[in-house]
Amino acid sequence: MALPSHVSLGERLWFYFFRIFCALVFIFLIMPILLLVPLSFNVEPYFSFTSGMLSLDPKAFSMRWYLDILQNGMVNPEAAFSWDWIKDSWANGQWIHSIKNSFIIAFFSTIIATTLGTVAALGLSQSNMPARNLIMGLLIAPMIVPLIITAAALFFFLSSIGLSQTYTGIILAHAILGTPFVVITVTATLVGFDRSLIRAGANLGAPPQTVFFKVMLPLITPGVISGALFAFITSFDEVVAVIFLAGYEQRTIPRQMWSGIREQISPTILAVATIMVIISITLLATLELLRRRSERLRGITPH
Amino acid sequence: MSDTTASPGQITASDGMSLKAKLAKATRRSKIKALLMVAPLGIFVLISFLVPIAMMLTRSVYDPVVSETFINAGPLLARWDGKGLPSEPVWEAFAKDLKIGKKNKTIGRAATRINFDLPGSRSVFTKTARKIKRVKTGPYKEAMLKIDKRWSNPELWMTIKRKLSPITAGFYLNAIDMKYTGTGEIVSQPDQRQIYIMLFKRTLWLSFLVTVFTIILGYPVSYLLATLPMRYSNLLMIMVLLPFWTSLLVRTTSWIALLQKQGVINDLAVWLHIISDENRLQMMFNSTGTLIAMTHILLPFMILPLYSVMKTIPPSYMRAARSLGADQFTAYIRVYLPQTLPGIGAGSILVFILAIGYYITPALVGGQDGQLISNIIAYHMQKSLNWGLAAALSSILLAGVLALYWLYNKLVGIDNMSLG
Repeated sequence: MALPSHVSLGERLWFYFFRIFCALVFIFLIMPILLLVPLSFNVEPYFSFTSGMLSLDPKAFSMRWYLDILQNGMVNPEAAFSWDWIKDSWANGQWIHSIKNSFIIAFFSTIIATTLGTVAALGLSQSNMPARNLIMGLLIAPMIVPLIITAAALFFFLSSIGLSQTYTGIILAHAILGTPFVVITVTATLVGFDRSLIRAGANLGAPPQTVFFKVMLPLITPGVISGALFAFITSFDEVVAVIFLAGYEQRTIPRQMWSGIREQISPTILAVATIMVIISITLLATLELLRRRSERLRGITPH
Repeated sequence: MSDTTASPGQITASDGMSLKAKLAKATRRSKIKALLMVAPLGIFVLISFLVPIAMMLTRSVYDPVVSETFINAGPLLARWDGKGLPSEPVWEAFAKDLKIGKKNKTIGRAATRINFDLPGSRSVFTKTARKIKRVKTGPYKEAMLKIDKRWSNPELWMTIKRKLSPITAGFYLNAIDMKYTGTGEIVSQPDQRQIYIMLFKRTLWLSFLVTVFTIILGYPVSYLLATLPMRYSNLLMIMVLLPFWTSLLVRTTSWIALLQKQGVINDLAVWLHIISDENRLQMMFNSTGTLIAMTHILLPFMILPLYSVMKTIPPSYMRAARSLGADQFTAYIRVYLPQTLPGIGAGSILVFILAIGYYITPALVGGQDGQLISNIIAYHMQKSLNWGLAAALSSILLAGVLALYWLYNKLVGIDNMSLG
């Protein structure tokens, strides 16, 4: 988008001002996240660049905070690296414990959210769905209601049925918070779905279930998977509900970071944050690939 | 069967039924099928989301603690005419309740409730409950007055009488900085206790500022993304989506690293001699910190809807305006901007809704004057245990959010909500 030669000086200046402004906004967006990466290799226990780091002195960098993720909470962290050391870390490491929790909770809540959300989205996309807007509004509500209200309400509810401070309780809570994302993404996929394909399938003699599994499901799979990824990341990031509903046993990564920031701030948090950023990049890349695949499958060419 | 068999002149299906009736039957069947598919999630959301919220909100008007604690004295006190002091049977029943309350450890909770309305009265109950077990026989009135002469205050009795009713507007009054006096009038809280109206105003003001900042920063970027060739815009889009996909706590952490006194921005400013080492800027633990971090976190929610709206505006409109003689600025204001208004509306409502319910970021970088209404709800849930007040504040917040949600649905339609 080069400037043509006839533009006036004012327009020229405006063009460059606009470009520079946008560049600054992009820096504002991305800088805080990228900055975490070098800071997490700091040898000193600070959140800022030391003079050694700025002069790229190798001694100013270390992996100690990454090691701390494994060691923190271990019975015998000073022991020589061995099979026992790994077992100790796996069983007693505080961060390891929260990483395990995060994956367990995110996994099960994603399964619940994806199953219920996909079936509901299929129902919502039927042409004869009564009161669609109202029902859709209710199903999306968990995304809109402030988390603190949801968390407080679930705290009373789960306590009254004896599920507070249990894995089941948190999985249920996260499943609720994840369903709107699945409903939205799958419904969006179904908007572009060509219904004549179903009729064509039926016309060729396939019973409804065959049509569903052989024709419909492959076409909506990218939408379902991206909805599932949204549900996963929602659970993986969520901390307010965990603060209210989880006991020490169910601590997740964000919960551990939360108390880390409030109580004993150490660059271990930055190391964990860097790993979380890498996880987000992976998920984002997966999502982008799925989107392209979905467009190709549905015959929409990228424009 | 009269409506299914065809009358002469009607179009019939092969089995002799009227086509109209057949269609109605098929429609009904597909409606039921659609509803059945939505039902599992609908029931799940109803049971574990809508009902719990409704139940929590009832706590804002329903508080049975006082009437449960003073179960014997309650009915007697309800018949008291409110003139002077109650008669001896009331005192006797009261002493009995205090003894039970002391034994079951419920007296403290009830005393706290009455203390909300009549500050300083908590100790009357705890002190009397501690000493009353030595009083075995009446007259209880004299005995209780000997333990604490504040029992002679009719205002205390009026407060207890009012609190005996489990339905109360007291929490809502508290939430808008009002209260009942001992005699039942509604007055404003004393100045130093007026915090909630201020917090609501601050929450609205900060959310408004965040919305404005995200528009200012997001609009040009969305325009750039929508007008650049796909190759470049896809690459730049990653810079918007990566923060969107990065954990909230990770982003808040990085803002702590950036904004703190020994943080990167201050270091940079000192190194560039913009400020001296002694005058490092306090950008965290105040509303500035909350504002900066929230703008960063919510910016993608503005850019994504704006981008999707701008993407649909054909570039030929602007060229047409230019060729009809408008200069760049006029063409922009008169032709392009009006078409992006739906995007601005969608983004603004989304950002505003998310901002007024924010909890994590203000709690970590907000300090004292960066706290929002969610933080005080959390405080009453976890620390002061004044759940009724937490519920009252929540329901006010929820009403505001739902009104905005309704507006969003009217303007944009929830079906059109996109997630990048």
